[in-house]
Amino acid sequence: MQVPAAFQYETATSVEHAIELLTRYGPEARVVAGGHSLLPMMKLRLAQPEALIDINGLGELALIRVDGHDLAVGAMVRHAELLASPVVGEHFPILRDAERVIADPLVRNRGTVGGSLCQADPSEDLSAAFSALRAALVVQGPGGRRTIGIREFFLGPYETALTEAELLVEIRVPIRSHASAYRKVERRVGDWAVVAAGAVLEITDGVVTEAGIGLTAVGAPRFVSEQAEDFLRGGRPDDESFAQAGRTAAQECRPTADQRGPVDYKRHLAGELTTRALRVAAARARGQEA
Amino acid sequence: MRITVNVNGEQHTRDVEPRLLLVHFLRDELGLTGTHWGCDTSNCGVCAVWLDGTPVKSCTVLAVMADGHEVRTVEGLAHGTELDPVQQGFIACHGLQCGFCTPGMMMTARWLLDHNADPSEEDIREAISGQMCRCTGYENIVRSIRWAAEHGGGARTADTATEAAPGREEVRA
Ligand SMILES: Cc1cc2nc3c(=O)[nH]c(=O)nc-3n(C[C@H](O)[C@H](O)[C@H](O)COP(=O)(O)OP(=O)(O)OC[C@H]3O[C@@H](n4cnc5c(N)ncnc54)[C@H](O)[C@@H]3O)c2cc1C
Ligand code: FES
Ligand code: FES
Repeated sequence: MQVPAAFQYETATSVEHAIELLTRYGPEARVVAGGHSLLPMMKLRLAQPEALIDINGLGELALIRVDGHDLAVGAMVRHAELLASPVVGEHFPILRDAERVIADPLVRNRGTVGGSLCQADPSEDLSAAFSALRAALVVQGPGGRRTIGIREFFLGPYETALTEAELLVEIRVPIRSHASAYRKVERRVGDWAVVAAGAVLEITDGVVTEAGIGLTAVGAPRFVSEQAEDFLRGGRPDDESFAQAGRTAAQECRPTADQRGPVDYKRHLAGELTTRALRVAAARARGQEA
Repeated sequence: MRITVNVNGEQHTRDVEPRLLLVHFLRDELGLTGTHWGCDTSNCGVCAVWLDGTPVKSCTVLAVMADGHEVRTVEGLAHGTELDPVQQGFIACHGLQCGFCTPGMMMTARWLLDHNADPSEEDIREAISGQMCRCTGYENIVRSIRWAAEHGGGARTADTATEAAPGREEVRA
């Protein structure tokens, strides 16, 4: 029987209270959201926090809102809620595609969007999807609120730009005219990705004006392929350029071999899934596929 | 830490360590051994119970996180002496072999039918996709849940359904 090591437990009653508790307990304290990454790590003793600050009671972090021109997703929104949200499905099919293949329904009922991003696991699906969308992350700490572009948020595996006693409170993505898709290959239903790729395309008069390419599980720096994005910008949204963008993404990423596959297989998948995600996104832009 | 959890409609107060997992609280503290426990990786789903009306893996929830909340376990599935249609379906269609995964499967099935009275085979497979049957009895489990749907299983919503995620709202542009 694996049980976590002993720790102090506190329930936060507001964001300010959570920050106050984090400050009081110091660097060995962690917040717990869905606990679906943290508790398994604590059972395996890969994590041994001295105090857990439970933020599940913070209803203000559990809302999906349209705020001005942005979609605002609270950090405590559960995967299942993001998946079920009509406004997310309508404007951000990439998020709906990704949520469909994250873990399983029971894990999605508990795991949170904020927890997924703060975990910064190199195989996290939402990290790639929100990076492709160039989301802005609103964080709050003892000194107040600040906003960090998601591409500055990920510093490395399991490492983020959050400083001590800072909390991720909201993820914001502008609602604008764009098309998107997410494609993943896993070993079996509910498993982490062997490789997954997300694509976001803004197209004006038959020309790609902006592109976002997110990649997970292949060591892509900050979960994106900037070279593929640069290649796509200014070009035509056609099969030929999508195939080249796939080759570029495959070259730029740095997969490592593990039980999910060897390097060349993962690199092949990175290219193929990038191309497919781009094709699906473009088809959606033409209204040909939901 | 002193916690009070409503389990199957009854309040239970206990002093527990914060590191106690909900599955162990149910089994060891309350003696409700219908909820099983089969892995340390949050993968098998045999520990599925409802927390505030939603199925979760109780091996990945701390008992202290359930303080002041509602839990429903397989022991709370029958209606007095009358078995729930889901339980009847598992009997009628031979949905269990060793029975180890059965309580978790039934809890998820009950939730599915509360939200979708007429689920397709695909809907059922998706709903139980986070739960493993080591006897690999999936075909009969799917049939059992269909049987329940066809035998009044979806009609129980009025007395069993809890609104999912109360207090959540979505503002549309
Ligand atoms: C069986 C299984 C399969 C899975 N498969 C996948 C998969 O295929 N793809 C995938 O992407 N994920 C997968 N996951 C992970 C799942 O999505 C987790 O729920 C998620 O990664 C973490 O969310 P959480 O709310 O549970 O976070 P927690 O475990 O509570 O927290 C994770 C980390 O983030 C920190 N944290 C949480 N919230 C905040 C906040 N608001 N501010 C600051 N720090 C915070 C915590 O301190 C902790 O360090 C799987 C998990 C399991 C158990
Ligand atoms: S015991 Fe909970 S998922 Fe296996
Ligand atoms: S019936 Fe034996 S594990 Fe499912």
